[in-house]
Amino acid sequence: MKAVCWEGTRNIQVKTVPDPKILNSRDAIIKITTTAICGSDLHLYGGYNPTMKKGDILGHEFMGEVVELGKDVKSVSIGDRVVVPFTISCGSCFFCNRDLWSLCDNTNPNAWMAEKMMGHSPAGLFGYSHLTGGYAGGQAEYARVPFADVGLFKIPEAVTDEQVIFLTDIFPTGYMAAENCQIQPGDTVAIWGCGPVGQFAIRSAYLLGAEKVIAIDRVPERLQMAQAGGAIPLNYDEVEVGEALKEMTGGRGPDSVMDAVGMEAHGAGLEGFYDRAMQAVKLETDRPNVLRQAIVACRKGGTVSVPGVYTGLVDKMPMGAFMNKGLTMKTGQTHVHKYLRPLLDLIQSGKIDPTFIITHRIPLDEAPHGYDIFQTKKDSCIKIVMKPSMAA
Amino acid sequence: MALESNRSSDAPINQSGAISETERWSSLITGGALVLAGLSQRSLRGALLAIAGGGLAYHGATSNKSLPDQLSEATDNAQTIRVEKTVTIQNCSAETLYRFWRNFENLPKFMKHLKSVTTLSEQRSHWVANAPLGNSVEWDADIRSDIENQLITWASVEGSDVDNSGFVRFSEAPAGRGTEVKVVLEYSVPGGVVTATLAKLFGEEPEQQIGDDLRRFKMLMETGEIVTTEGQPSGA
Repeated sequence: MKAVCWEGTRNIQVKTVPDPKILNSRDAIIKITTTAICGSDLHLYGGYNPTMKKGDILGHEFMGEVVELGKDVKSVSIGDRVVVPFTISCGSCFFCNRDLWSLCDNTNPNAWMAEKMMGHSPAGLFGYSHLTGGYAGGQAEYARVPFADVGLFKIPEAVTDEQVIFLTDIFPTGYMAAENCQIQPGDTVAIWGCGPVGQFAIRSAYLLGAEKVIAIDRVPERLQMAQAGGAIPLNYDEVEVGEALKEMTGGRGPDSVMDAVGMEAHGAGLEGFYDRAMQAVKLETDRPNVLRQAIVACRKGGTVSVPGVYTGLVDKMPMGAFMNKGLTMKTGQTHVHKYLRPLLDLIQSGKIDPTFIITHRIPLDEAPHGYDIFQTKKDSCIKIVMKPSMAA
Repeated sequence: MALESNRSSDAPINQSGAISETERWSSLITGGALVLAGLSQRSLRGALLAIAGGGLAYHGATSNKSLPDQLSEATDNAQTIRVEKTVTIQNCSAETLYRFWRNFENLPKFMKHLKSVTTLSEQRSHWVANAPLGNSVEWDADIRSDIENQLITWASVEGSDVDNSGFVRFSEAPAGRGTEVKVVLEYSVPGGVVTATLAKLFGEEPEQQIGDDLRRFKMLMETGEIVTTEGQPSGA
């Protein structure tokens, strides 16, 4: 089959590799009909995760048709049309039992690696480095899905692939990030990053009752899309964000703030220079300038929601502000399994149409070009879906 | 702590004193008081032998020394690797886990370095472990104590190439939060001859290997399978 392989920093190649096989009795094989490139794939593309290996198959947003089943799969049948959460969950452990699916105890075969770095291991993830299991991803023609009874969600024929593909990650991620803001009536939510997760977070915050959402970015088309979703756009190249946020919230500051950017934030000025220098000499793995800004901007007693991905260490955190203002931080990889069905209901009832996010549709063969324009934000790229069946 | 308190007593181990010692050690282990801090300078194997009732001579042991002294001496002239790991297993009773573990032939299903374990009798089993370069090492082990649904202790028989011992303890976590499984294993090699081999056998970090073994046990018990990516495609 054809698969999108990581061959090194900023080196993506579409290769012919063996088809996946059933390895365990609860596995399924999916023939992929639609897959997507996620913003978090760009962290791998940029070489920020040291546990990638040459030849790793990328991709954790994918859906398709069940073509093969292990003998112990019960609730799925060959031919079912399914979406696949990017987090792999067993459905039986302490964490799965508590709806904390992305913290599953049993799905990371390389848990020791994560334990060394983080004390404990989160769930395995598709196509997202060996730190989270080294599972082959879904930017391919086929993929193997472990614990198929738990990790496959059937999709009715009435909705299209493009309407439901983002249930695999970015829609639930944006939604959980908004839920983590603990929105109360009258609340203002400030969201840093108007990429795909930020866009879904904006819309989810309104669905959850926010009075006002302020969206911070510097890319014009992303700010426009945020505005189309009802947010008040703020270009950090043009205004001093902290002051602007105070002025827009009666001097109080946003009730909750969201870092939908993560470890590759583009800092401006001296602070940005500092983080790049620290990262270059490996004293810091993640650049946290959005997180710093968000903590300082947040109103006293407010909530900091972090859907942006971090993998290692950050430097110079404003713990003084965080502690003295009595803030709460909520974060984590998304518990996709918890949100998938309720969000599918929102799509089916017409409350949201996730296709607004798609700017590019390309065949699998053009993945290297896709990664390039997504990373450099060329051609107004916000979200790319790939169709293995599309002719190159 | 337990060993310290025992140090003042000079009571020799003999057949008549062994029963109370047995009870004492068993209760200490099952009660969780036998923490690694207490064991750190001493031999688990020695402790297990003591549990079994004494009369078994090992390095430096003489009948007029106190138990802790004997334990200390037992380890002083041996290179030992000792690990302790605990996992909590959800939705499985202590009984289920005990039953699975009590059949030692199940151990190779999740202990990666074990090739096979064969039950020879109610007490004795034959263990075969993978060694570097396709070799294997073998030994016989005896069950030293067996408290149903709570504790199993075992030790290799005297004179084994790989002198080893271990115990596994099962205890219910509070509020229905599963069953805690604690494993302590110890491998000792007289004179340190085969230390390098042992290190290779159990990896650079035995702690991690046993941790991984226990994690696989948990996967098997909670989900019915051990997750893997071996055999999946790659573009390498």
